[in-house]
Amino acid sequence: MAKLRQCAIYGKGGIGKSTTTQNLVAALAEAGKKVMIVGCDPKADSTRLILHSKAQTTVMHLAAEAGSVEDLELDDVLSVGFGGVKCVESGGPEPGVGCAGRGVITAINFLEEEGAYDEDLDFVFYDVLGDVVCGGFAMPIRENKAQEIYIVCSGEMMAMYAANNIAKGIVKYANSGGVRLGGLICNSRNTDREDELIMALAAAMGTQMIHFVPRDNAVQHAEIRRMTVIEYDPTHKQADQYRQLAMKVLNNTKLVIPTPIEMEELEQLLMEFGIMEQEDESIVGQTAAQLNAGAAA
Amino acid sequence: MSNLTREETDALIQEVLEVYPEKAKKDRAKHLAVNDQSVTQSKKCITSNRKSLPGVMTIRGCAYAGSRGVVWGPVKDMIHISHGPVGCGQYSRGGRRNYYVGTTGVNTFAEINFTSDFQEKDIVFGGDKKLAKAMEEIEGLFPLNKGISVQSECPIGLIGDDIEAVSKKAAAQYNKVVVPVRCEGFRGVSQSLGHHIANDAIRDYVLSNRDGKEFEGTPYDVTIIGDYNIGGDAWASRIFLEEMGLRVIAQWSGDGTIAEMENTPKAKLNLLHCYRSMNYISRHMEEKYGIPWMEYNFFGPTKIEESLRRIAAFFDDKIKEGAERVIAKYKPMMQAVVDKYKPRLQGKRVMLYIGGLRPRHVIGAYEDLGMEVVGTGYEFAHNDDYDRTIQEMGNATLLYDDVTGFELEEFVKRIKPDLVGSGIKEKYIYQKMGIPFRQMHSWDYSGPYHGYDGFAIFARDMDMTLNNPCWGKQTPPWKKTEATEEVKAAA
Repeated sequence: MAKLRQCAIYGKGGIGKSTTTQNLVAALAEAGKKVMIVGCDPKADSTRLILHSKAQTTVMHLAAEAGSVEDLELDDVLSVGFGGVKCVESGGPEPGVGCAGRGVITAINFLEEEGAYDEDLDFVFYDVLGDVVCGGFAMPIRENKAQEIYIVCSGEMMAMYAANNIAKGIVKYANSGGVRLGGLICNSRNTDREDELIMALAAAMGTQMIHFVPRDNAVQHAEIRRMTVIEYDPTHKQADQYRQLAMKVLNNTKLVIPTPIEMEELEQLLMEFGIMEQEDESIVGQTAAQLNAGAAA
Repeated sequence: MSNLTREETDALIQEVLEVYPEKAKKDRAKHLAVNDQSVTQSKKCITSNRKSLPGVMTIRGCAYAGSRGVVWGPVKDMIHISHGPVGCGQYSRGGRRNYYVGTTGVNTFAEINFTSDFQEKDIVFGGDKKLAKAMEEIEGLFPLNKGISVQSECPIGLIGDDIEAVSKKAAAQYNKVVVPVRCEGFRGVSQSLGHHIANDAIRDYVLSNRDGKEFEGTPYDVTIIGDYNIGGDAWASRIFLEEMGLRVIAQWSGDGTIAEMENTPKAKLNLLHCYRSMNYISRHMEEKYGIPWMEYNFFGPTKIEESLRRIAAFFDDKIKEGAERVIAKYKPMMQAVVDKYKPRLQGKRVMLYIGGLRPRHVIGAYEDLGMEVVGTGYEFAHNDDYDRTIQEMGNATLLYDDVTGFELEEFVKRIKPDLVGSGIKEKYIYQKMGIPFRQMHSWDYSGPYHGYDGFAIFARDMDMTLNNPCWGKQTPPWKKTEATEEVKAAA
């Protein structure tokens, strides 16, 4: 058995982490790899395309029903879907109550103690909530967990901003635990010169754009059927894109400690690509009335 | 050993500070002072109510301890839920000896630990539902409770549970007082903030409950605020307040009830014992209801007499005469106590390290017995407490704030007092050093020490500790010589 590789997928909320992860995992499974997905998001939508279900019953909900997490067995929480992919959702509270971060910690500890990682696995993918808001959501990248991180982003300013922030978090854990950044996955939003922009950002951060996933409606068509493109329409060209991504991840050797950039550098980059205008310091703090008066004079 | 001079005391402080790293030395220096009665503002000589340094073995508590343990806990007909994991409530249960009258588990509940016993799932999914369920169970199992308080442990503040909403709903449902208290342990630098938070909760959820409602008052209605009835202290105080003609309509919070607290705004005068833990609510009642408040001291006959006359000054001749009558009645009894114990205790020197009031309040009682307090300090006082302390202590005596384990030991080794008064964490250290020791938080399971009755017990306890023959019976290993061994062998 090859050494188990544990990967965590981060990125701005709504960027397509779960969709990208599941398609990537499906492609790896298709290539004969044994993979497990651990959803680390209280919404529990990280495994629906693999399992064809609305939302998998989560570790924390089962634990709450049973009384405590110690009352659970691995079989209770583990479901197997397309291509033999094992699926677990950590689960957590509805928005506004409790502590979702603690839910992630509890669920991952449970999986470790129950030996979920000891089985014959090639890959574990952690699909993590949008932002690293507290220590709980950094759990997957602490020592002895994920060693590789992939950040899903697009050519939109806030997505790049988030990617850079996540890289800052990785630096902290890279120094204490040995986690490395594997690259940026650009999930295209069809913005101008998007591939060049993300490549430039990746270069500035000391990493690579591991793959550019073009935008295609096939993803939506498959998603409506709660399937990955790989499973829904294996002959579609978008399926090949995910297969390429899977091969690149499989053969990736460029694992780095990122060099997150300063806000000014990021703005400079955006200006070079015409996404952001040069800031006019003279208008800062001026009301519309003041600006109009200035223009009239 | 004679007392240290100002210069010697100063040198002692410097010597003790010497072992600290530079940063810690600078910080701790601000918390140690030589008393100087000519200083009017303590902030010129001592700093207090600051965060403790890590590693110094502070004996401070937390905000939860200040609210659950001190202020709310003794309110006997309410049920106080320690909201969070089980430990905070269980390990502090019944530790403060707040005596009360009632049938525990039926109409009084102060000794029972009620907790929501948080598990992982409660942290992850929030504990609001569990809290509501706990209240429902309380209503079913203990129907004679007169209200509930929710004492927040740390996790409640971290996960953002809405205990206010749960409490509001339960209050309407059960038609009882339900008080959410945000006393999470990580807030503030000591238990002191917990007192303040608890006071604010009383202000917001209790005090105005009977505004505008009928109350058969008298011109002589007073309250006892900040007496926790440790070993029966409040009872020993109340008895002669009533004897002098006053009517005590509320006791806060030792042997106290929610009804008494609600009726407190009807009082003519609030008598404040523990200033540190309940000055906030006294000030509030002064502002909102115009009720004056007065600090008093019922430790030892000198301070009692002084306090009784000052209390009587708020009232008419009837009470003034009552005060004199009480003073006259107890004088011979107190004289008998002094006559019996003073010869045995005269000239003995004491070092104290206690919470927020007693480090200054018990000085008079020791002086009545001919003893002298040569060093004192507070765990969680603020500077207004030290303002009140400077005049009570002799010149060139030692003041120490939030003292560290090391400092207190070194001070005691050098000053060599005849008695140390502090808490359970200190007790065995000093006893093993061969120094007589009294616990001054719990009265060493004795008491009461307040009032006339209390003074007799106080004097007896100090005598039996100081003059206990055990101190002469033991030879510590380092003092053993071959001669003593031989004597032993021969015997």
